[in-house]
Amino acid sequence: MSTTSGSAASHLATREEIIAEFGILSQRSDEGKRLVYLDNGATTQRPDYVIEAVSDFYRTMNANPHRGIYTLAEKATEAYDSAHGTVARFINAGDAGEVVFTRNASESLNLIAYSWGAANLRPGDRIVITIAEHHSNLVPWQQVAARTGATLSYLYLDAHGDVTDEEVDRVIDEHTKLVAVTHVSNVLGTTPPIAHIVEAAHGKGALVVLDAAQSVPHLKVDVRALDVDFAAFSGHKMYSPFGIGVLYGRRELLESMPPFLTGGDMIEEVTEQGATWAELPSKYEAGTQNAGGAVGLAAAIEWIGSMGGVEHFGDLERETMDYLYHALSQMPHITIYGDADAAHRHGVVSFNVDDVHSHDIASILAADNVCIRAGHHCAQPLLHYLGISACARASIAVYNTHEDVDDLIESLSKTRGLLGYGN
Amino acid sequence: MGIEDIYTQIIAEKSRSIANRHHLDAPTDVVAGKNPTCGDEITLEIDRDSSTIKDISFVGSGCAISQASTSMMIDLVRGKTIPEARRAIEEFHAMITEGELTDETMATLQDACALSGVSHMPARVKCAVLPWHTLAHALDEAEGKNAPSTH
Repeated sequence: MSTTSGSAASHLATREEIIAEFGILSQRSDEGKRLVYLDNGATTQRPDYVIEAVSDFYRTMNANPHRGIYTLAEKATEAYDSAHGTVARFINAGDAGEVVFTRNASESLNLIAYSWGAANLRPGDRIVITIAEHHSNLVPWQQVAARTGATLSYLYLDAHGDVTDEEVDRVIDEHTKLVAVTHVSNVLGTTPPIAHIVEAAHGKGALVVLDAAQSVPHLKVDVRALDVDFAAFSGHKMYSPFGIGVLYGRRELLESMPPFLTGGDMIEEVTEQGATWAELPSKYEAGTQNAGGAVGLAAAIEWIGSMGGVEHFGDLERETMDYLYHALSQMPHITIYGDADAAHRHGVVSFNVDDVHSHDIASILAADNVCIRAGHHCAQPLLHYLGISACARASIAVYNTHEDVDDLIESLSKTRGLLGYGN
Repeated sequence: MGIEDIYTQIIAEKSRSIANRHHLDAPTDVVAGKNPTCGDEITLEIDRDSSTIKDISFVGSGCAISQASTSMMIDLVRGKTIPEARRAIEEFHAMITEGELTDETMATLQDACALSGVSHMPARVKCAVLPWHTLAHALDEAEGKNAPSTH
């Protein structure tokens, strides 16, 4: 593994030190405007340390892990296998076998729905999710419900945009076999009452799946402290390459479930008419894997640690979020969705400007090199529940500054005027 | 090109205009168009005979570009023959996807040329072409309906 200066020692890095780790953040538009990247909920930027680690893998140890018996392949195997251990320590899994590499959170969630769902769900069983789920933690459950005859039920939000304990107790019943919840909503930035959900689900004998895609760069995800049975997240939302994701599952569940994809490297022995499965995690990692991505994810975890860790990132982000939320809420003609307490938001604030469609907002901001997301955010049932068809979303990462917020607000203040409305 | 060259006064005005935003009493064709990724939705209501678009209106919601484009298209094709409308659709498509703004294009498209700047915004092209694609679809369907039966 390569190391770069500034990433070797572990300390509570300042925001300036962290920004210096990202070459892309110093780029300017053709018009000379600074890059204001506020679409971190879609994907974060990658620090140079991660980009170098991936390059270093391909430059110095590239071979197909678990295949060759020459030195290069041994190096690749060691890098790929040790990445499982790095992730396991990061999320406090029991061991590296409980960490399965996938392409992304969507694949991880589909894996659970197909492998666990098809083998365990029966007509009359209930799957429970929240109305705030991303389509990736919603459509797989619709599909497995349709295939097995199970029903899909929702936890709805109160007027503040939160799931209450009472709602959890109302919906999770003795028919419930699985509860799949987001750790942080990608639209509202809020977190449902995970501890209460886990207690209620386990009390009825149901399993809990945690969609940690939006939380893992902002909050400590300790799968054993949270006591969830499965967890899923993507590398690219936490400073890692595209195309690498994680499924965490409790060992006894992963051992008892049938494999998802079958083929190369996930077998113990194959005969003409049958096969037995490899040990965890290989059982769920069929075919040649994204070893460079796994190495990049492990490097991102090392890098986060070297900068002070996820809790430190959360502290830096909370300060930016307070400033962002306050500035937005002071603007006329702005509607902000979800909990009014900025302390309850992790990384995300969604809003609309009166009379202006969010795609026009995003285009006008783009002209100032301010990058936000607009649309339905892959959460159409939530937007329908909120009574809107689209909204704008600013989502922050550890490197965002007050200056980024100021540029956002300045650009936003032009939107109504450009479309012929008064300020 | 600056953003004010996209969101021009005419785009702002046409996006808010209610002149073409209503139902027809007895449309011959009602055709919906939708951009699923961004939620632009329009429904065109057309009153035509076999040769001419006698009247046309729309209802729907979406971004300023999709709504202005719809309103300007309606201004342009109302009263036109179907071949004239098809030619306008082709010209508009060429202007938006290839950025061509010839004298001929300007003569054909008139106010709708105000959307030519969208050719510099690849992510917004689908907003601008939505009503034109929807109209083309409506005309294709109408031709199918009008075609003499071969059975």
